Amino acid sequence: MTLEIVGIFVLWLFLFGYVIVASIDFGAGFFNAFSLFRGKQHILNSVIQRYLSPVWEVTNVFLVFFFVGIVGFFPKSAYYYGTTLLVPVSIAIVLLAIRGSYYAFTTYGGLKDKRYTYLYGLTGLFIPASLSIILTISEGGFVSMNDKGPVLDYWALFTSPLTWSIVVLSLTAVLYISAVFLTWYANYAKDEAATNLLRKYALIWSVPSIITATGIIVELRFHNLEHFTRIMDLWWMFALSVLFFAGTVFLLWKRRAYGFAFLLVCGQYYLAFFAYGISHYPYLLYPYLTIYDSFTNEAMALSLIIVFIAGLGLLLPSLYLLLRLFLFNKDYVQGKRDNHA
Amino acid sequence: MGNEEAVFFSRVLTELTLSFHIIYATIGVGIPLMIMIAQWVGIKKNDEHYILLARRWARGFVITVAVGVVTGTAIGLQLSLLWPNFMELVGHIIALPLFMEVFAFFFEAIFLGIYLYTWDRFEDQRKHLLLLIPVALGASFSAVFITIVNSFMNTPQGFDIVDGQIVNISPVLAMFNPAMPTKVAHVLVTAYMASAFVLAAIGAFRLLKGSNHIYHKKAVFLTMKLGLIFAISTALIGDFAGKFLAEYQPEKLAAAEWHFETEEGAPLVLYGVLDEEEVKHAIRIPYALSILAYSNPFAEVTGLDQFADEDIPPLYIHYLFDAMVTIGMAMIGLSFIYLIGIWRKWTFIETNWFRWLIVLGGPISLIGIEVGWWFTEVGRQPWILRGIMRTHDAATTSGQVDKMLILFACLYLVLGVGSAVVLSRMFKKNTVEQELADRKIEKAGDSFDT
Repeated sequence: MTLEIVGIFVLWLFLFGYVIVASIDFGAGFFNAFSLFRGKQHILNSVIQRYLSPVWEVTNVFLVFFFVGIVGFFPKSAYYYGTTLLVPVSIAIVLLAIRGSYYAFTTYGGLKDKRYTYLYGLTGLFIPASLSIILTISEGGFVSMNDKGPVLDYWALFTSPLTWSIVVLSLTAVLYISAVFLTWYANYAKDEAATNLLRKYALIWSVPSIITATGIIVELRFHNLEHFTRIMDLWWMFALSVLFFAGTVFLLWKRRAYGFAFLLVCGQYYLAFFAYGISHYPYLLYPYLTIYDSFTNEAMALSLIIVFIAGLGLLLPSLYLLLRLFLFNKDYVQGKRDNHA
Repeated sequence: MGNEEAVFFSRVLTELTLSFHIIYATIGVGIPLMIMIAQWVGIKKNDEHYILLARRWARGFVITVAVGVVTGTAIGLQLSLLWPNFMELVGHIIALPLFMEVFAFFFEAIFLGIYLYTWDRFEDQRKHLLLLIPVALGASFSAVFITIVNSFMNTPQGFDIVDGQIVNISPVLAMFNPAMPTKVAHVLVTAYMASAFVLAAIGAFRLLKGSNHIYHKKAVFLTMKLGLIFAISTALIGDFAGKFLAEYQPEKLAAAEWHFETEEGAPLVLYGVLDEEEVKHAIRIPYALSILAYSNPFAEVTGLDQFADEDIPPLYIHYLFDAMVTIGMAMIGLSFIYLIGIWRKWTFIETNWFRWLIVLGGPISLIGIEVGWWFTEVGRQPWILRGIMRTHDAATTSGQVDKMLILFACLYLVLGVGSAVVLSRMFKKNTVEQELADRKIEKAGDSFDT
């Protein structure tokens, strides 16, 4: 295993972590807004608030970790992606900023407003949409080189069916992952009404999420044949992923083992996400940038890896403590404790 | 060239983001330490007032930390979005502390969540206080790592350039560059200082607005005392920073001091205005610049005549430098008079006009932080990486930067107004008197030890 592979594996793993925790977060915000709209907010509000409150800031760090790490391991990506992504990433930053700060303003600052709940719910859809565009750009065909440097062709990007299918995939995935997790969480909190509603949402979003994912593979065949061929070589990973999907839906349908159902969802997305990542290898940006020509020097790579291992030694026990105190603490989850400052 | 517009707007947007972020970042670094001290004093003296102080500060802190986190994310990404050439170059050399900062921040975020949601969960308050230590450490170390990157931009080292290629890279040597010790120390103590004075200002404001509760008097006393300690440390470290500049960035020192001709026994130019090449209305302290730069009144200090015009920073940094030093000195004076006044029982300490001065001290300290950063950033120009890469070569080639500037200006307006409204509502609705009554802890100490 070369240093390049170690670097991209670690970063991809953290990006996967972000996809899962952020999906739960974004989806929760959307379901909260949607249930307010339907006049059913009383059912979901407490479960969602109790989950989100102590962890919202941690979610953001996964994303920061990824983009700081990619500049560290692959500095050349800062040049290509930095120049071309100014607009989409700026929009994502603004949405993330509004969402994060206003979450704190309402939860801790007592700023209560219905409009804000809707805004919060909608940012949860727009953020994955704007971030997922980066994956589309990485497929190539939207960036060209002129004498000044790389430029992004917005017209080609926004008229491509691939762009919109990836946007739709990101939305369905967010809602599906979130609903399955929250079903388990509500059930754990012994909140039957919320469990039933969230289980319904999970089942509703299951089929669209798998259809859009399949659709993208088909579209890649026309957009980037090289990538498509490599995806086909990894068919068994995608097949396993679909099997996990079927398992989740079965368990939800039978109202059984929600915790295991969520683990299956994580497994499903882990396999699909890594199969996608492996088939993307070695390109960071088709056809300009590979993990090899953009890699940092050996001294930096080694020191980053050492810091990463030391950092994990610090973080994993802390994360475990956080989960034990809030996510897996029955008293807290069931609302019997509220020791907020 | 031909990219002047993008360079200009990239600079304005970066300056805007940093100027906005630094307020929340400074508070974010300093307040956890203040909360820790208050809670510790409360436990030690068995005085519920200090515990409540810690608790109320913690509540306000969450709001500022949220804005600090999101604007920090913004500047983290803007570095790559606006300065892609710079990040591509320095990613090879100084990515390590940036990466470390993420872990420090991660650590802080996790324990802040735990700390906030475990009030009254422990029988022993000391256990709860323990949870705050990683928060304060994480916050301060975030500042340390980011400041290391900034000091690297001033005195880059840890690599060689052979035929335009970067070779012999040592990430650790790059981190421990000559600017690092003074810069890191300066950033940390000024953050503690400014946070203490901001909290003192809040306490003094409540006293002015009719509450004569001993709680606020304790708060003002504690924070002014801490503020004085950190303000004096700031002055000492500032002196070392001057000596560092004389040695490693003489053009920055010379521009800041309007020191045009290289000479021995150089005088210090205070205030004044620049008319063409002539300094007017300034106070000149003989030999003081030589003392500041080399601790020797007769030492030779390099002047601007030794540098090519295109390597000299803008001369207006003199105003920024003077404003920074004046604010630092004023805050030492104010907190010193206050403490002497408390000990000697001078009554004017309790008057309205003096309390207004303490209230002013909060925003003025933050202005001090702002001008200090403007001074160091503009003082490094025309370089983004001193001696290696010029700012105008580092910027993006994108033509959309002006629109992004408007977008972010609106964002910061929304966040600034939002956080101010939320903070003031939070504490107006739930006054100290109310909360103390709710908690039935009026029995706590009714005097404060001096």
